[in-house]
Amino acid sequence: MKPHVLNAEHQPESFEFTKANKEEIKDILSRYPAGKQKSAVMPLLDLVQKQVAEEGAQANPPYGGWIPRAAMDVIADIIGEPPMKVYEVATFYTMYKLAPLGKFNIQVCGTTPCWLRGSKDIQGACEKHLGIKTGESTKDGMFSLEEVECLGACVNAPMIQVNKDDYFEDLTPERMVEILDMLKAGKRDEIPVGSQIGRKNSMAITGATTLKTTANDTKPAKKPVAKKTPAKKGKVKK
Amino acid sequence: MLADKDRIFTNLYGLQSFSLKEAKKRGDWDNTKAIIKKGKAWIIEEMKKSGLRGRGGAGFPTGMKWSFMPDPEKTQKPHYLVVNADESEPGTCKDREILRHDPHKLLEGCLIAGFAMGAHAAYIYIRGEFFNEGSNVVKAIKEAYEAGLLGKNAAGTGWDFDIYLHRGAGAYICGEETALIESLEGNKGQPRNKPPFPAMAGLYSCPTTVNNVETIATAPTILRRGGEWFASIGRDEKNTGTKLFCISGHVNAPCNVEEAMGIPLKELIEKHAGGVRGGWDNVKAIIPGGSSTPLLPKDVCDKVVMDFDSLRAEGSGLGTAGVIVMDQSTDVVYAIARLSYFYMHESCGQCTPCREGTGWMWRMMMRMVEGNATIEEIDMLLDISKQIEGHTICAHGDASAWPIQGLMRHFRPEVEERIHAYRKLAHREKPMVAVSATAAE
Repeated sequence: MKPHVLNAEHQPESFEFTKANKEEIKDILSRYPAGKQKSAVMPLLDLVQKQVAEEGAQANPPYGGWIPRAAMDVIADIIGEPPMKVYEVATFYTMYKLAPLGKFNIQVCGTTPCWLRGSKDIQGACEKHLGIKTGESTKDGMFSLEEVECLGACVNAPMIQVNKDDYFEDLTPERMVEILDMLKAGKRDEIPVGSQIGRKNSMAITGATTLKTTANDTKPAKKPVAKKTPAKKGKVKK
Repeated sequence: MLADKDRIFTNLYGLQSFSLKEAKKRGDWDNTKAIIKKGKAWIIEEMKKSGLRGRGGAGFPTGMKWSFMPDPEKTQKPHYLVVNADESEPGTCKDREILRHDPHKLLEGCLIAGFAMGAHAAYIYIRGEFFNEGSNVVKAIKEAYEAGLLGKNAAGTGWDFDIYLHRGAGAYICGEETALIESLEGNKGQPRNKPPFPAMAGLYSCPTTVNNVETIATAPTILRRGGEWFASIGRDEKNTGTKLFCISGHVNAPCNVEEAMGIPLKELIEKHAGGVRGGWDNVKAIIPGGSSTPLLPKDVCDKVVMDFDSLRAEGSGLGTAGVIVMDQSTDVVYAIARLSYFYMHESCGQCTPCREGTGWMWRMMMRMVEGNATIEEIDMLLDISKQIEGHTICAHGDASAWPIQGLMRHFRPEVEERIHAYRKLAHREKPMVAVSATAAE
């Protein structure tokens, strides 16, 4: 269990959802039965974090998505629950950040399957290159570094997640440094999502041992499909 | 080896698109109406005949689970199907492939399973980290609605059915079914006491069944090809069908693969994952079914076959079939200590034995990694693990205890050796320990 503390230093006075997000809230609430709108607390917290991240990307120095206390109070009003119920949820789950962090939150998976494949080296490369320790942020507001628990991509270990969407898998310390540099240079879209060694998703690097017939069928289409499927960039609304 | 024609997840590696058009070519949504028209009783009977056991780890027979749902006419409450896509067990990454590459198999399975248990709505609870995977599912849901496969009169079956996606936010415990329901209701993900079981009072206090992604996604193919076909694959009538295996760790080519239940572990690794780094003799230990299952030493790995009952007989389990391979270079004590850290981090904090005990176990394990412990403390550690196991609301406590018990069962001499080595050297740096060490001599 990870204790979360509301960080008083950065709390803004008020919070308001953008117009587009207010529309989205209607859609979110419609997913749950009448009278059960409390269920929407998690998608709403997520929405706040997304909105703050968008604002933070424009700011100078930049910062990453987090959830101010004022936003939690707004959510409590929307779902008609006491604010405490929202704080409870926000502090329980590790993906809700309650204090500002770097624009790119580098989350290195450190659980045993990744550790066996060298996650400590990846983490070390990040620490050395960014000049910070795990759990810290760089002064320019660009990066935060975290060690997280299993992200569920064990056959593509070692791997990281950046912010809350893209996975970068099959890493080496050298590749990790390249990724950090590309992120900093604003070239995020140029980094292929998923495997960094050109491997097809979770297929063995040496090629498929099963489903060979289908693998052969789709050979011409292989490249575009490969890039596209996992490479979606957060444009899709729920 | 399982033939390609008997594989269910034909787009496991994402070589084709996950779109409805391509999914239909792979046979999804093919005359779903005909399956539904055969009726609830037939579906449940066929699922029982197939011998399918839940793929989320516990291995409970699926047909039986579905049959536990009460009659909707008697309960007068809505029924719910909840799909557990909160895959977070270290070593496991199979549901991710279904979610991102074959979501229509899952959606079709939801409709069929929902119909069989009288549910008009399904929630897919996906872990928050699977953002892109979730987006694929959302797109697939949208396509299915547009094609009339979901919504009013879904797929022309006369059954109204809706599917919603709910994203988690990073809590392993939400993979426990009642914690998942709590989370879905908008609370902290802390497991509930059972009974009442979800089939009686689950989501919003209504009858609910929670199934794993792989379980639900397998159902349409089973019903199309018949329960007997599925039951014909596998070692015996209790361990049937095909299973997705995830092979990670010290192998030459880690991968996911669908294989027949009961495949020998050695064959699985050598045929599909390019063998163990440095050859089979370089194996130190293998965790056969995700982090919760106790590890197996090499002599067991040589001959064990991968199914529920064979692995249980070896004091381990199939779990989620996440095979984690460790070669001779591995510090196996640290490997398990890292898992102890994982369980401490993910304990929800509700039950004292688990909340406090997982921390104790991790701290003791970290001392064992160095050897900074006494021999008696090994037994003390095992004693603590026994006091956690079975004394908590959910199985998280048990899961945190098993890896340590497995380690001590098979690698106790290695831990003891480390303790002796540390104590021999202790006088050089730590005089306090040296006193007791000399006294012991």
